[in-house]
Amino acid sequence: MIHAAGLTKSFDTKGGETVHAVRGIDLDVPRGEAFGFLGPNGAGKSSTMRMIACVSPRTDGELSILGMDPNTQGIAIRDRLGVVPQQDNLDEELTVRENLYVYARYFGFSKTYCWAKADELLEFAQLTEKANAKVTALSGGMKRRLTIARSLVNDPELLLLDEPTTGLDPQARHVLWDRLFRLKQAGVTLVLTTHYMDEAEQLCDRLVVMDGGQIVAEGSPAQLIARYSTREVVELRFVPGTQHAAEPVASKLVDRLEVLPDRLLLYTQDGDDTLEQAHAAGIEPVASLVRRSTLEDVFLRLTGRSLVD
Amino acid sequence: MAVSSDRAVEHGVHPLREKLRPQPGVLVLRIIPLQLSAGRSRVVLERALRSSKSFRWTIISGFFEPVFYLLAMGAGIGALIGTVDGPTGPVAYAAFIAPGLLATSAMNGAIFDSTVNVFFKLKYAKTYDAMLATSLGPMDVALGEVGWALGRGALYATAFELVMLAMGLIESWWALLVVPVAILIALGFAAVGMAVTTYLKTFQHLDWVMTAVMPMFLFSTTFYPIDVYPRGVQILVQCLPLYHGIELMRGLTLGAVGIGMLGHAAYFVVMAIGGVLFVSRRLEKLLLT
Repeated sequence: MIHAAGLTKSFDTKGGETVHAVRGIDLDVPRGEAFGFLGPNGAGKSSTMRMIACVSPRTDGELSILGMDPNTQGIAIRDRLGVVPQQDNLDEELTVRENLYVYARYFGFSKTYCWAKADELLEFAQLTEKANAKVTALSGGMKRRLTIARSLVNDPELLLLDEPTTGLDPQARHVLWDRLFRLKQAGVTLVLTTHYMDEAEQLCDRLVVMDGGQIVAEGSPAQLIARYSTREVVELRFVPGTQHAAEPVASKLVDRLEVLPDRLLLYTQDGDDTLEQAHAAGIEPVASLVRRSTLEDVFLRLTGRSLVD
Repeated sequence: MAVSSDRAVEHGVHPLREKLRPQPGVLVLRIIPLQLSAGRSRVVLERALRSSKSFRWTIISGFFEPVFYLLAMGAGIGALIGTVDGPTGPVAYAAFIAPGLLATSAMNGAIFDSTVNVFFKLKYAKTYDAMLATSLGPMDVALGEVGWALGRGALYATAFELVMLAMGLIESWWALLVVPVAILIALGFAAVGMAVTTYLKTFQHLDWVMTAVMPMFLFSTTFYPIDVYPRGVQILVQCLPLYHGIELMRGLTLGAVGIGMLGHAAYFVVMAIGGVLFVSRRLEKLLLT
């Protein structure tokens, strides 16, 4: 579905500087896969997505979408793509149902087909009751569902979702995940960016972590956890500042230890055992917690804890 | 996903789907690069028509402005002035200024839509981003939006001509050509207006556009013949597009039709073609980066 080699995107800013948003990435996404881009803000995820969506020409490298070159066949590729942009750009001058109808018309389908498709997708997005409402009257979650429904008017083979659930409440996120699962079951290839690790674990068969315009890790969620973290993590919580006293002792117990302002994180294969050893060594935290490693641990290890922007 | 659930898993393109959609003609493909156009600007126009329902009163109110000028200046000041020298000899003042206002109403409709509305859709509503994520090309967007703007201009001009007819201000059968000529005038202004709009950054810049349009309306021989100006100013005025629009309309409604009108019309043909090509490239540069 997607093949990229040495894919690069640079922009010239007004000051004359060149920003290297994407610095030579290699990708191969097969049909039917749910593929994720993880990375902090400014990592180059959206720039990559825009190149895949054929709305941004590449600066260098190879890119082939559905076997075609975006530089010469952009319209033919976009014909078979669905795009969910980071920010909803629904048509506020139209009703909910008209939004779907008009968007389907953009693809050139007949009027009868477009109305039927609009009604079918209203049901899919659980918005049938809002069919004749103005878009401005919808909640954030409803708008997002409508945007996703809109991206399906042409029955895309490849669906691109840029941060599909950012800013939504947990209920709305779960409804959306359910819808995306269904599409995946129907054989649609999904490519999404997110910085929610639970979302990546829920939805993605495979993902890459991007940082500074490059891919820094690639694999399934489980593979990434195995490779870049340990099975479990022991969190020892202290009154801020006092954790440094326990640091020398704790560091002897595990291969990797992370010191946070109020906590020590001990990366280990067996959390309960490590916790017991910590108590035996005389460490007295205010509170302690044993948990499984998540993609979040991988993410923070790979991209650091400091704010990027 | 009942309508065509098999589509997603299938390679290639659904056969039925292709039947549902007329493909762009061979001629279109030969003239315009495929990357710029899918030959489907009419769906952009369809969207504009649909959305216009939500601001129909704004559209209706735009018609009244030139009518008020006609009543105030034509009937009011006209009573003091009597007749002026038109292209066919002395005419009533109202009959002299009415074609000027007719051309202006075609311009107003086109300019308003291709500047304020296009600016909003381009910068805030991101309507064109959404369109270009589909299989539409920048030229489809440009032609569709220009088409809508000229439609509004033509609508105003047609309504205004009916007012003129009712007031007995039309003196020639040539006036039957007023509507097609109004479409040409509106097309030229819409295309150039939209081209200018792609360079605007803030709403203040829109005020500059209006600041340019206002003196053009006042000084393009709308209210008096061009020979009141010294030669230098005459040349300046003759460079303005509205002057040529007014010449066309005045010739048609007063029945002074000559070969020179083709020159005035050519001015708008150039504006239209140049504007549309320019807008397509600008949209490509702004949105497909």
